Amino acid sequence: MTLTLEDTLKWLHGFDATVTAQKAYLSELDTPIGDGDHGNNLARGAAAIEDALGKQEPADLTAALKTIAMALVSKVGGASGALYGTAFLEMAKASRETQEVADLLAAGLAGLQKRGGATTGEKTMIDVWAPVVAAAKAGNLTTQVIDDAVQATKPMKATKGRASYVGDNSIGHLDPGSVSSGYLFSEMLKAGVTA
Amino acid sequence: MKKIMNDPQNIVPEMVAGLVQAYPQYVERLPETEALVRHDKASMAGKVGVISGGGSGHEPTHAGFVGAGMLSAAVAGQVFTSPTPDQLYAAIKAADHGKGVFMVIKNYSGDVMNFDMAKDMADLDDIKVKSIVVDDDIAVENSTYTQGRRGVAGTIFMHKIIGAAADQGASLDELEALAKKVMPNIKTIAVALSGATVPEVGKPGFDLADDEIEYGVGIHGEPGYRKEKLQPSKALVTELLGRLKDEFKYQAGDHFAVLINGMGATPLMEQYVFTNDALNQLAADDINVDFTKVGNYMTSLDMAGISLTLFKLEDDAWLKGLQYPVDTIAWTQK
Repeated sequence: MTLTLEDTLKWLHGFDATVTAQKAYLSELDTPIGDGDHGNNLARGAAAIEDALGKQEPADLTAALKTIAMALVSKVGGASGALYGTAFLEMAKASRETQEVADLLAAGLAGLQKRGGATTGEKTMIDVWAPVVAAAKAGNLTTQVIDDAVQATKPMKATKGRASYVGDNSIGHLDPGSVSSGYLFSEMLKAGVTA
Repeated sequence: MKKIMNDPQNIVPEMVAGLVQAYPQYVERLPETEALVRHDKASMAGKVGVISGGGSGHEPTHAGFVGAGMLSAAVAGQVFTSPTPDQLYAAIKAADHGKGVFMVIKNYSGDVMNFDMAKDMADLDDIKVKSIVVDDDIAVENSTYTQGRRGVAGTIFMHKIIGAAADQGASLDELEALAKKVMPNIKTIAVALSGATVPEVGKPGFDLADDEIEYGVGIHGEPGYRKEKLQPSKALVTELLGRLKDEFKYQAGDHFAVLINGMGATPLMEQYVFTNDALNQLAADDINVDFTKVGNYMTSLDMAGISLTLFKLEDDAWLKGLQYPVDTIAWTQK
């Protein structure tokens, strides 16, 4: 299906509310294998998105995605700000050519890979984005696909990002960026966007 | 958690405001940012700008090193979080005086990505930007299976060397070549006695027992390589220096600069005790220590602990760079 402006706003409002509610949990996940700030950073991003969208109703889908991207890029910082911001910026760019959900998410994934240089299996958010994009392209994205992808990061050993410093000790922990990416896609489905 | 603050969410802007009010002779704040630019504009004319930045919580890094002979501008991110690209870009623009801008980046994925995005923005303005990624922490395995080594206290020596060269008129290409040559010669390792508490989190990033220490901890509390019972200062030096010795494979007669850095909650008295032991052990190995600096330069909030940096002085010009006059909040010498 195609992504509309209305669904995008509903989707992001849902994501912002979830991230804000799960702030402490996300930071807790980030403590043993990172620096314990993923929840705080994303909650700041969520507040910035709400603020930016509230100031001026975006004229179209591209404007909405760009507003979201710039809020993330300029207010979050760290790796998560750069990565989520880049993903939405690439989705904004792609939305001038297509509004197909799968194509937009694929553009976001390509942006993530370019910015962070990670591939699948390295215990990063790519491990959620890649299977989600694959399922979306096949037209069978479900919450099960998302949850399985998030859970699959648990036994992985991190080889990119800050969790790579702890090496084998990263095994057995969920990847915080994958958990927040899971929220993003679950909220997309909840907003009625299917793929 | 006991901290002198107001709202933890405003701790960074309030800190920046305090710095600017206290030291207007050194730094000015760029409007609506946490970017601080050198007040003394004449000292930057016709020279390559040098900028740095990173998460807050490492004070006096980074803004404390803005001034003649060191940084042109510095950007403070959220606590332990890289600054955003728009603010880094503002710093690049303020630091550019027609000769381009050199960026000193610590090797963390967030920092590298955000500085990269800022460089992309500067490219659109035709501002030439080059950079070095500092990765001096030998506690981390340097392999293709990790992010690589972290940038820690040795960054201060990089700021100093690059700042001195830029002040003497080095071009952007020359600064890049110098930084690349210097980087493999700076190595650091730390020991922590207690964890750091991020204000918004409210509890320490890791816990150590009262009589326990951890070797190899990073400046954001990243786990180290071994925990054990607290040892006397001499034994701490033996462990940390031993690791550095293995890395450098140093020989009697080699020349080094030494930086002994407090992590935030370790008194200078303890740092000088450690310094005494470190310099004695280096002397026993017949190492020539040509330059020594001791104090809180790259802190980790309220972490107790210390780091030891060795900088192998392969080139006489590097010692001259360290000795070159500098006038900043945190490092002043004639």
